[in-house]
Amino acid sequence: MSGLILDNLHKSFGPEKVLDGVSLAVEEGQLAVLLGPSGCGKSTILRLVAGLEEPDAGRIFLGGQDLAGLAPKQRDVAMVFQSYALYPHLDVFGNLAFPLRMARQPKAEIQRKVSEAARMLGIEKLLAKKPGQLSGGQRQRVAIGRAIVRSPRLFLFDEPLSNLDAQLRGEMRLELAALHRKLGTTMVYVTHDQTEALTLGQVIAVLHQGRVQQVGGPREIYQRPVNRFVAGFLGFPPMNFFEGSLQDGRFVCPAPAFSLPVAGVAPGPAVLGIRPEELTPGEGPLRGRLELVERVGGQSVLHLRSGEARFTATAPADFSAQAGAELSLDPAAARPHLFREDQRIN
Amino acid sequence: MKRGRLMAALGAGAFCLLALAPFVWLVLTSFKTQLEVTAIPPTLWPGGSLEFYRSALTRYGLMHFVLNSLIVAGGTTACTLCLGVGAAYALARLRVPGRPWLMGALLLVSMFPQISLAGPIWRILQAVGWLGTYQGLIIPYVTLTLPLAVWILTSYFSELPRELEEAAMLDGCGRLGALVRVILPLAGPGVFTAAILVFIYAWNEFFFALLIMTRRAVQTLPVGIALFQGQFTMPWGEIAAASTVATAPLVALVFLFQRRIVSGLSAGAIKG
Amino acid sequence: MTIPAPRHGEKLLAWGLLLPCLAAVCAFAFWPIVYSMVLSLHRIVLGLPGLGEPFVGLGNYARLLSDPTARASAGVTLIFVAVSTLCEVALGTLMALALDKSFRGRGLVRAAVLVPWAIPTVVASQMWRFILNDRYGLLNWLIFGDQVGSYRAWLAEPGWALAAVISADVWKTSAFAALIVLAGLQTIPRELNEAAALDGAGPWQRFRHLTLPLVLPALAVALVFRTMDAFRVFDLVYVMTQGGPANATNVLQFYGYKKMFAEGFMGYGSAVSVMVFFMVLAVSLIYLRLVGRRLLRGDAR
Repeated sequence: MSGLILDNLHKSFGPEKVLDGVSLAVEEGQLAVLLGPSGCGKSTILRLVAGLEEPDAGRIFLGGQDLAGLAPKQRDVAMVFQSYALYPHLDVFGNLAFPLRMARQPKAEIQRKVSEAARMLGIEKLLAKKPGQLSGGQRQRVAIGRAIVRSPRLFLFDEPLSNLDAQLRGEMRLELAALHRKLGTTMVYVTHDQTEALTLGQVIAVLHQGRVQQVGGPREIYQRPVNRFVAGFLGFPPMNFFEGSLQDGRFVCPAPAFSLPVAGVAPGPAVLGIRPEELTPGEGPLRGRLELVERVGGQSVLHLRSGEARFTATAPADFSAQAGAELSLDPAAARPHLFREDQRIN
Repeated sequence: MKRGRLMAALGAGAFCLLALAPFVWLVLTSFKTQLEVTAIPPTLWPGGSLEFYRSALTRYGLMHFVLNSLIVAGGTTACTLCLGVGAAYALARLRVPGRPWLMGALLLVSMFPQISLAGPIWRILQAVGWLGTYQGLIIPYVTLTLPLAVWILTSYFSELPRELEEAAMLDGCGRLGALVRVILPLAGPGVFTAAILVFIYAWNEFFFALLIMTRRAVQTLPVGIALFQGQFTMPWGEIAAASTVATAPLVALVFLFQRRIVSGLSAGAIKG
Repeated sequence: MTIPAPRHGEKLLAWGLLLPCLAAVCAFAFWPIVYSMVLSLHRIVLGLPGLGEPFVGLGNYARLLSDPTARASAGVTLIFVAVSTLCEVALGTLMALALDKSFRGRGLVRAAVLVPWAIPTVVASQMWRFILNDRYGLLNWLIFGDQVGSYRAWLAEPGWALAAVISADVWKTSAFAALIVLAGLQTIPRELNEAAALDGAGPWQRFRHLTLPLVLPALAVALVFRTMDAFRVFDLVYVMTQGGPANATNVLQFYGYKKMFAEGFMGYGSAVSVMVFFMVLAVSLIYLRLVGRRLLRGDAR
């Protein structure tokens, strides 16, 4: 058995319960993403794995070895911090060489590994500079370089791209994916950005209130969210929810008034979730008044209202209706997500 | 706005004059001759005689006071920093129960009147036979400068990002290794500031020096200058010369490191 | 559940690092305070070890209460503390206001006003003693010029001597008060002043209604710091006046020193020193009250 296993981790800071029974298995060589809103405990998990904090209860296994009681330096784990945490008093070479020097590796070996990492990340020309002289993207690369030089058993990334601007973030995302393919090392990547999670993660764990809500591949998580939180957290614009009930094989929504057939679910109260991108103007039972059209490049986001209820839909970029127009939409064309007591039932 | 700035500049000029003039007068005096010192009207600009310096060196043993002061102030600075760095790191970074109480207790120590410590310290030193020894003076100095040093260093350490140490620990350092390899190099300015202030304190201190350095052979500059006695009259010229020697390094420190001294003093006084 | 070893080691490390510092402070600061209280309950005369060191209870304190010199000394101390502290904080505030504005050479000016603070007090004392000299002092010449007959021996007249010691203290330490107030001033965001100016407040109104209330905490800290330090005045008195003339500058710290080490009454001198300690403690407790809340908050963070 190898890879990383978290077994029922609990952690509180004072009265605040941060982790409330987190279990997760990451296979060797996998890139796992911990995704969740801020304060969900995802960074705490990294710190527990790194040994910067000790869990109140629960165990962590890496490659079959119980990490309990091991100091950070004994765990053979590398971490890239959100703030990069580059040593300001050392130049780039010194930063990259630091973990190797700590491991008392021979000089020639250090030289070789540092230049190899620098080449891989395209920072060979920066080796003599101090972190203060680097741009955000360059610092990011140095931070990653410092993690990879010593070929650890596990990489931890704590929101590594959140301090970069949007374009750079996109580039670094691709590079990280490529790096993972090249190194084949197990990685745990923490982020609150669903795009990062969906593009990078081979397996994604969605966290909320100190618990794992769902674990699965990016497609699965997006297409079959197991509860309302995951459904609402992933996807932009967020999923529409309609409160109603199931009767005689149909979902009936009182306001806005519409119904649609659904199969194989028990009758009773239910919430129907529909992703806005699967809801487009046309012919259908769902009617609403257009309040606002947001043009977001490749498509238009339509904000609709029906009585008290508000929902969103999407249309092509050249959609021409103005605010105030009455639109019809067909919810039956979308994939329905049905929830009861916040859990998926279909 | 402009008028305010002008007034501020004028005020600042006046303060400068008030602050510097008496001291400049003392320095000028040190370059006079005996006749020029007692002349009425006073000689405003001295002839540049080094007579008093020569006499302070030969007749009053100025160099030996300087040497003693260097030993005591240097020893105090080294010891205080060694102890202070460790304590400040623990207070800034490690989980220490009762941390605010410890910080408060240290602050309290820096406020103890010397006289309340004098008798007991004198008796303790007498019991171990350290009256009139360098270590006998350095120990109380270290005790009394530790609070200031710990406060300054704690505030510097707390300002360094925690992630740096955590990164170092993941990179293979222990806590102590992270302190030595990452925190200390970065806290260099803070350590230096604390060193300057501790040195100035130990260089200038008079009360304990007077009390403990009972033998002339080990007396420091302030004691020497306070006890300068001529046969018939006060040897003002020699006092001025010795004072200039005692003060010149401090004035140099102040002009070179004004910014650090200011930040260090305010860290000790206000930062919580 | 296993005992988390790194945390355990960390606790050990913390105490290992703190212990030497705490040991030094306990042995040479806290213990002496206690010990001086013990000493103050005994009759101890240095140089007469034959008398032993009999326990006399509160005898030394009873003597202290009926000792006119001690009472006068306490009075002198209070006058010195009150006057010098107020002058220093007032002057320091003015200095801070001048230094807060940006002008060319501000760094040099700041260094210049710090010079008196850095000078050894003994040097400052000798310097003032020389300037105040009755025959060829600069002050006499500045006031009386060539009329040598009117020259005064400032340090030989009780009132002037105390004034001289106070002035020397003000000269030496106002800059320290200024630094604290300046640090307070610099925490006030520029925008506040600019906003007030846009709202139509003149310079005096801005000072009175904006700067002063905001800098008040720093002012209080400066005041308390200076008060505590003023209780400890010794060097100036030792060098300039030796407590004289006629005990006019005989502050408690000097009186205690004289009793203990010049006259050898270790027990009685300790009683004086305990009194000084409690006076200073009272002031420092006020200070801890002022900043204490901030200390505790620092821990929560």
